[in-house]
Amino acid sequence: MSPDEKLGSLRRKLFGDPARAFGSMSLVLLVMLAIAPAKNFFSEWRHYQRGYLKLIRTRADALTLQRHFSPGFQQIWLPEMGAVDRCTTCHVAMKEASLSDVSTQPYRPHPPIPHSLTQFGCIVCHRGQGAATTVEEAHNSTKAWEQPMLSARYLESSCGQCHLGPLPGTPQLNLGRQLIARYGCVRCHTVMQPDGMRMMATDDPPSLEHIAEKTTREWIYAWIKNPQAYAVTASMPNFQLSDDDARDVSAFLMAQSTPLPAIHAQAKAGSSSPDATAGASLYGESFCASCHAVQNAAGALVGGDLGPELTRIGSKAKPEWLEAWLRDPSVYDPDTKMPHYRFDAKQIATLAGFLEAKTDSDLLANVHLSEATPAQIQHGKALVTEYGCASCHEINGVKKPENFAPELSRVGSRSLAVLAFPEGIPHTLPDYIEAKVRNPHAFGPGLKMPLYTFTDQQRSAITTALLALTDRAQTRPPSLRTAAVHESNYRPAGKAGRLMADLRCFSCHAINGRGGDMAPDLSWEGSSVQRPWLVEFLRNPETLRPALIRRMPKFNLTPDEIYTLTDYMMVVYQTPVVDRDSMPASSFTPDVVEQGRQLFYSKYACQSCHIVDPKKDKGYIGPALWAVGARLNAAWVYAYLKDPQAMRPGTLEPNQHLADAEARSLTAFLMAQKSAKQAGKK
Amino acid sequence: MKHKATIAILGILVVFAGCGRPKSLPAPQAAAHGTALVEVSGGKQIAQAGTQLDQPVVVQVNDAQNNAVTGAAVVFRGPAGVSFNPASGLTDSSGQLSTVVALGGVAGRYAVRATTTDAGGKNIELKLEEIALGYQQTLGRELDRQYCSRCHDPESTRERVSNYDNLTTKPHAFSEGDTLNKMSNDDLVAIISHGGPALNKSPEMPPFGYTLSKSDIQAMISYIRAVADPPYHSAGVVYAKN
Repeated sequence: MSPDEKLGSLRRKLFGDPARAFGSMSLVLLVMLAIAPAKNFFSEWRHYQRGYLKLIRTRADALTLQRHFSPGFQQIWLPEMGAVDRCTTCHVAMKEASLSDVSTQPYRPHPPIPHSLTQFGCIVCHRGQGAATTVEEAHNSTKAWEQPMLSARYLESSCGQCHLGPLPGTPQLNLGRQLIARYGCVRCHTVMQPDGMRMMATDDPPSLEHIAEKTTREWIYAWIKNPQAYAVTASMPNFQLSDDDARDVSAFLMAQSTPLPAIHAQAKAGSSSPDATAGASLYGESFCASCHAVQNAAGALVGGDLGPELTRIGSKAKPEWLEAWLRDPSVYDPDTKMPHYRFDAKQIATLAGFLEAKTDSDLLANVHLSEATPAQIQHGKALVTEYGCASCHEINGVKKPENFAPELSRVGSRSLAVLAFPEGIPHTLPDYIEAKVRNPHAFGPGLKMPLYTFTDQQRSAITTALLALTDRAQTRPPSLRTAAVHESNYRPAGKAGRLMADLRCFSCHAINGRGGDMAPDLSWEGSSVQRPWLVEFLRNPETLRPALIRRMPKFNLTPDEIYTLTDYMMVVYQTPVVDRDSMPASSFTPDVVEQGRQLFYSKYACQSCHIVDPKKDKGYIGPALWAVGARLNAAWVYAYLKDPQAMRPGTLEPNQHLADAEARSLTAFLMAQKSAKQAGKK
Repeated sequence: MKHKATIAILGILVVFAGCGRPKSLPAPQAAAHGTALVEVSGGKQIAQAGTQLDQPVVVQVNDAQNNAVTGAAVVFRGPAGVSFNPASGLTDSSGQLSTVVALGGVAGRYAVRATTTDAGGKNIELKLEEIALGYQQTLGRELDRQYCSRCHDPESTRERVSNYDNLTTKPHAFSEGDTLNKMSNDDLVAIISHGGPALNKSPEMPPFGYTLSKSDIQAMISYIRAVADPPYHSAGVVYAKN
């Protein structure tokens, strides 16, 4: 039989007469109808649900688990957040804490977090395609869905969509936000937070309007070629300028600089005597290291990061400028964070000499610049405009550019379709952002974004913070947001206010919601301390906390200035919670003091952290208390002992939940500590 | 005819084989072989899940005389989610190879393996353990840094002086599994909330129950359990048999 004949006979067999045809067609139809239920039966999610039932069958709490399990499609619908999640269809054991030893997915329970699954769903934090019901589509990026699940590395970005301030459990996110503000990213890129507040920079790039008074063209050249060669901590990024471009930019910056006669108003303060020992001790006494770091011989940075690093300051600052700066920094930079120390001429000469000696001969060794030509200056100006230098620095003749770089307010939802990926970068948004921060020039040689020297961890943190800036964050109902605390614009008035501005108290201390966090908040200082102590402290600051390395400098204030400050603080910086006169010393009998001593040393072991008797006690985490009776007000001490966090938010001291009588006895004992000598006698 | 079909099938197989992705990068060609693989640094680090360890993992290849071997090939492997940069390489002039490790996204302990081969082609393996912290443990670590570490961590850093030496009763470091694993969660809640006297211990341990919230204390315990060495094994929930 030929193949044709075979086919003919088959047809006859199946469709030969109406009955046969009807039978065959029904069979075909039946098979086709069976496909849909079969597809359903063999679907992935059923497979996982069957697997789960098998898994729990052998467990001790099988019955409970079985009761919690509901078969079929599961869905969490959150209309407020625009999320539909079916993840719990396969991730069936999200809430079963007893399965915490199970490590196979999708059966692992969710680790404890402060939010409930039913209220927040899954994709709000983890991203991915919530409505999908296959593993591939839910987790990965597909043609129809650009956002794959967020890697654990950046997971904290999801917290940042609602929590606009720092959270204790999200160090990565907090660090990323700090870095974005601190490295001035937001000076070029606009970032509008979902609450409508613009993210503000916290760095302090100097004005360049009088730069020629401060430094030389050679230094500018070396600096813009590689800022980190001058100071490893420099926050200025590297613009990777060619030698010629750096030459022209330095030429322009020198040319645009205008003279500042006030710098030269006072004659040179005698010959800056290179008395290294006196200089070093004055540098130490003035606590310059509280804000400025210097690299030691081992290469480690010693000191704070509020001001610029001073390791090679002698190669940068001109001697006349340095002296004028030490005399009064606000003459050169009215917005500086540096306080106005009242140094005398000799001190200025000593300190300036000490700092001028901090040079690095390698830094400028190979910098030889010939006289700048007008063409070079013109080209320098064009470069300064092109690179947006005026976004950070004030420069004569160059306007601060508006919207210089792309806005990043919704960068966390940027569509991959509009991004151009360089070769070798995986096509995901986090990888794109990381790569861009790592090396912007890989995205095109013409890109203006400079090169930053971040560590891998810092880069991840920045990416985390940027990924928090999503469409969802911007469009979420305001009731779901927890706002960041924004700095107030508090400014004390009058003579004392001017003095506090001159001394830059707010660089370190916060008062009424404005100021730094290096030193204690002074909003309630008037309720807490005794006037004679404050007068003495401002005259000659003693160290209260032996374990602290950042300390209050000595400003060499006149008695008049001290009284102005003290009077103002004692009267204005009060809390209504403490009535200063409510606990007169006469109410403390020796019995009560002795009870307090017992409580201090035995029941509460306060000597673990505080020193009352310098000969015996050793704890130095809290402030020394041997003269606390001459420093603090009794009513404040009592209120503080009752609830330390209420009086000093964030303090280490735990709330001991003292009974009123105990707090009173302890107060009496502490108020009896008047001086170190007295404590020594006992 | 039959021949042709075989060739066709073989051809298809070859094409499909070519489509498969290489499973891992080929190990570099070793110029030398050692007999032992030892850890230089980088084991037992603690990092947030999904993030990089602060310090690189450094291993060293030694020969039978305990001298460092240069040019030995070392390959790093870890459980799913762990990544190495580089994942393999040759030891440098001091016999060492350093790699930056990023942990997986799930909290827990990660066994990281380094392998090299001896001259006979036999695998020598070194196992290191790294700890990844989840949300709760991270919160615990932050609280530890703020409230606990000044006394519980004997090491001082430049920014934080330790108070350990000033205490009469020495506190336990949180990694001291030998002691802390024996304490039940309830005991830990009690001593953190009410201070040392709650368990007849020193009052130098103050109560934190009026300072930290209940969930903060749970986070603290979760962190203590996560960093315990030897590891902490939960007794689990005990159910009556059916």
